[in-house]
Amino acid sequence: MAEPRFRPGDTVRVMKAYPLGHVRTPYYIRGHTGVIERVCGSFPNPEELAQMRDGLPAQPLYRVRFMQNEVWPDYRGNPADVVEIEIYQHWLEPA
Amino acid sequence: MKDQGKYQALTYYQLMEVSLRELLVEKGLVTEQQVAATVEDMRRRTPERGARVVAHAWTHHEYKARLLEDGTRACEELGLDVPALKLVVVENTPQVHNVIVCTLCSCYPRMLLGIPPDWYKSRNYRSRMVREPRAVLAEFGLKIPRQTRIRVHDSTADMRYLVLPMRPAGTRGWSEERLAALVTRDSMIGVALAKQPRSK
Repeated sequence: MAEPRFRPGDTVRVMKAYPLGHVRTPYYIRGHTGVIERVCGSFPNPEELAQMRDGLPAQPLYRVRFMQNEVWPDYRGNPADVVEIEIYQHWLEPA
Repeated sequence: MKDQGKYQALTYYQLMEVSLRELLVEKGLVTEQQVAATVEDMRRRTPERGARVVAHAWTHHEYKARLLEDGTRACEELGLDVPALKLVVVENTPQVHNVIVCTLCSCYPRMLLGIPPDWYKSRNYRSRMVREPRAVLAEFGLKIPRQTRIRVHDSTADMRYLVLPMRPAGTRGWSEERLAALVTRDSMIGVALAKQPRSK
């Protein structure tokens, strides 16, 4: 199991990468900065599982909270609206 | 098959399903009985299961705290087996409205809500709920006041989500069973509120 690098409250940036295959990081959030909402535990990497490999070491999974205003520049609504997304550790870097 | 109705050509996916199922049976990997039992299990799971959890949380403060802390374990307490499901329960309040979407596919808490509605899997819902949640909710007939914050939960990986709707006013002293009848599927996805007691 890979060691968790982040804790709730940490600011993280989602990597802006475009690998092929079964990726669980939505396009729209790549390159954006958010805050760790909670640590969900560790799970076999789905990108590896999709290739019929074992997905180990398991990757820590986080729920990351993003401000809608930051994700969509033309967002209309309460400035405190958020979108929360599950993202695997190997997609995150400290910000 | 039991359907003796008039002939209709199979769709592409129906044909694929039949071919795959017959092949699996022929190879001895599953039996027809196992397939039928699994389909029956899926049909038995309906939003009433989720409604039971919500009504119990509305009437038991300590249970509600445990449900918000660890949804999977709290469901097991009620005898609801939720295998392979890491359940995150999010609570609606006058200040915060929660809504669930899966932008990548159609992840859904099937063990508690059954089979997802078609709109949940539509490209329209999936692409717009993260982008303009207030507009999409308004199309469901739900106007969220501007001062209420919206939390959209994009169910992208191993967690599954259930919204704990607000308990409607005017239901003091109601039994769990009566309360559960107010808890709709849509209110547990977050595109509606629980039914009002007089709105029947």
